[in-house]
Amino acid sequence: MRALPWGARVYVGIIVVSAVAIVLIGPYTGIDLGTLVLIAVLFVVAESISTHVVVDVKEAGISPSSAVALAAVVLVGPVGAAVVGFSSCLAVRRQGPVKRAFNGAQFALAAYTAGHVYLLLGGTVGVPGQSDFPGIVLPYVAAVLTHTLLNSVLIGVLMWCLDVTRPTGPGPVRWRPLIVLEVASVGYQMLGLAIAAIWGAVGIIAPLLVLIPLFIARWVFGQQTAEARAHEATLATLCQAVETKDYYTRGHCMRVAEGSAMIAAELGMPAERVQKIRYAGMLHDIGKLGVPTKVLQKNGKLTDDEYAAIKLHPTRGYEIVREISFLDEALAGIRHHHERLDGRGYPMGLLGMEIPESARIISVADVFDCLTSTRSYRRAWSVEAAIAELRRCAGSQFDPRMVEALVRAVSREGWQTPDIAEPPGGRYCATEDPEPDGPSAPVPAPSDPERTVPVAESTSAGAVTGGQDR
Amino acid sequence: MTQKQPDSSVPAGPGSGGPEGGALSHQRSGEPLWRTPRPLRALLVGGVGAAALAALVFTAATGFADPFVALAFCLVIAGGELARITLPGHRESAPIALAGAIAYAFLPSLGGEPVQHTVWQVTAVVALGVALGELPHVAVGRSPRLEDVARRVLTALLLAAAFRPLVESLSLTGPSVVVALLMTALVAVAWVLDVAVSAVLRAERLRTRLRVAMRDETLAQVATGGAIASSGVLIALACTVTGLVGLLVFTAPLLVSQVAFRRHSEVRRTYLETVRALSRVTEVGGYVENGHSRRVSQLSHGIACELGLAEAELLELEYAALMHDIGQLSLREPIAGGATVLASPREQRRIAELGSAIIRETGVLDNVAEMVRRQCEPLAGDGDEGVPPLGSRIIKVANAFDDLVGENGDAERRAAVVERLRMDTASEYDPRVVDALASVLAR
Repeated sequence: MRALPWGARVYVGIIVVSAVAIVLIGPYTGIDLGTLVLIAVLFVVAESISTHVVVDVKEAGISPSSAVALAAVVLVGPVGAAVVGFSSCLAVRRQGPVKRAFNGAQFALAAYTAGHVYLLLGGTVGVPGQSDFPGIVLPYVAAVLTHTLLNSVLIGVLMWCLDVTRPTGPGPVRWRPLIVLEVASVGYQMLGLAIAAIWGAVGIIAPLLVLIPLFIARWVFGQQTAEARAHEATLATLCQAVETKDYYTRGHCMRVAEGSAMIAAELGMPAERVQKIRYAGMLHDIGKLGVPTKVLQKNGKLTDDEYAAIKLHPTRGYEIVREISFLDEALAGIRHHHERLDGRGYPMGLLGMEIPESARIISVADVFDCLTSTRSYRRAWSVEAAIAELRRCAGSQFDPRMVEALVRAVSREGWQTPDIAEPPGGRYCATEDPEPDGPSAPVPAPSDPERTVPVAESTSAGAVTGGQDR
Repeated sequence: MTQKQPDSSVPAGPGSGGPEGGALSHQRSGEPLWRTPRPLRALLVGGVGAAALAALVFTAATGFADPFVALAFCLVIAGGELARITLPGHRESAPIALAGAIAYAFLPSLGGEPVQHTVWQVTAVVALGVALGELPHVAVGRSPRLEDVARRVLTALLLAAAFRPLVESLSLTGPSVVVALLMTALVAVAWVLDVAVSAVLRAERLRTRLRVAMRDETLAQVATGGAIASSGVLIALACTVTGLVGLLVFTAPLLVSQVAFRRHSEVRRTYLETVRALSRVTEVGGYVENGHSRRVSQLSHGIACELGLAEAELLELEYAALMHDIGQLSLREPIAGGATVLASPREQRRIAELGSAIIRETGVLDNVAEMVRRQCEPLAGDGDEGVPPLGSRIIKVANAFDDLVGENGDAERRAAVVERLRMDTASEYDPRVVDALASVLAR
């Protein structure tokens, strides 16, 4: 906590002072002291455990302990809840004093406000009896929503003061995961009501019963995150292993994955679908393994047979990965990433919008990465030249929507070009006729894109893909 | 953990006892139930089915006490059953249904009014709810694993049989510390019994050792069991105060837990599917014979079950077996026929090391990489590293067997190959593993 910005200091100061004021002023009439202490202790324990059990979960919004804070709203009212919230600064965890104080204070403020909302809507303080149900549910839900909202706002403002979250620019805001997160945390916090309901009868056992499933769920979430990471690492490694056949395509699959994901995100697809398309981009060339190495690395003109072997690779790739059931529609992206809008692609010669959306995305990302990386027969193009080329072929080979999405995303986030300058042995551009392309297309050998653009009208990008990325 | 298999019951022949997580061919047996190779499962399903039927008939004849309460719980159980999930290792679970069933078995009173349902009624309501919830699944061809359904009904039945008489004799009406502790103790006992039953079934299905199966099931069910049991007790206690509202409100958090469980098992399944699919790149690349990796993995799984490996080790072994030839990708051209057992020892070792390097690159599969690296070492190990891990020895045997037999060897050829492997048990192959192979093949 060294060198807090000035604005953040003032903000933290205001929050902490107002929380302390609330706690000091009271009033404490009508609050059972035993209950208050017990809940506060419980809250501290829950907070401590949750930081220890949950090491790094993205879903930081769900905290089991807030169920306890909301139980306090019902059992001991706004002021009591504020005391309980403030006690979280005593939790056992590694944290600087300023951060601690802020955390406690923001919990206190959120709980205090939630408590007043609860009272305002007709909730009563104290152990709810049988006559209070179901009338108590509505004010309680309102309190939950207030608590969650205020929590996020208070922390959000601090982050803004600290300049941690710079506005992420014009990228589409992803509401769906946020909503899912909020619904889940509201679901958790309903348990606060359960704690309150049976508090009178079974006391301390109530929160135990409630917190066990919550911590289990948190633990499972953590496990799942770790496993998802392992999955991703394995997938990436295996893809790269397949690429080792060709020095020049190193890293190609990862970059195509990134590019496809950028396009998909730019088009506003839900996060889950973006992820699928990312994986499909990673796996798009896996079928190349079925193509003999000598064909892939051949430097001269390809015979018809060799070209036919290359044309098989999308289908081969599809056959390999089709059992990965979660990819579902993204599988089509692997199968059809060499289709062209004008119907002259392979393997099926689909026309226009018959080509699955994921395939149109991957095809653009694929060609873009090919153009911007070095091959055995030419140097890498600049990003601008590659974009110009993609735009020229939009409509005939690519879906213009995807091309424009890529352009927007790249201009915002930049593009990581591979750092292969000179291969071992300095082989590139050694052959005079570098481009072994498909049967018909003549090939530009463009280290200088201006020269290429006029060369071939419809085939140049075809040449580009057909050649570099056969 | 696999695709929806209509029935994962009967292993259909040698080697298809299949990796647990595996989408391997579990075939539906054409035989009648009384000639099943899994008599214990049949006993459980038959017994619970008969009890449920008897309870239904009896309750229908005598009439339902508190019919609206019964209906509410029945619907919640049906909903939970409809939303059932498959946990890692083929385990079907319906947390909400089971928590609802536990709550109904325990419910001492509802919003202050005493309730008077009997053990029979609890069984009938739970069975009815479960059946209702499974109907849509069956209609679309996703039949449940009958033994798992039976276990859920059995748990409710046992809890009700233990608790319902106490409600009357001790006249328990509201929530109290004693009641809460009593419920907790009972539900803990029920959990242990349930784990024992599922361990017996698992040992029967995989032909592994009961002790190992017991440990596996305990580990696998500690999280779900804890969540379900505490939610069940909580709902029962809370409903005494809140009435039926509590039933709805307090199942919501369990729904969140269920989402967590489901996503976790989805990631697990995807991981396995990915490795399984990508292990085929060596086949498509022409490096090994078609289906080789998968057959080696199935065979290794059978052997490992026979030798009593724990579930976590089985999973690692399956990954290692699937990827054992991945090092061939680094070869410029395939080995003729792909049979590594025929390659020179130096070549074999290089492939193993290249493969292990690839796997180690992931940063998360170090044990798997180690198994792959040492898969071709002789029994005593190479150099001073000592005996290779059991997983490596299993893969070595399974790989050699599959290379020598090929895709469709007949029984005679299999026997001959096993004999050949047995001759090498002094230096090359682990005799225990070869024996296990022989008994897997004998099934």
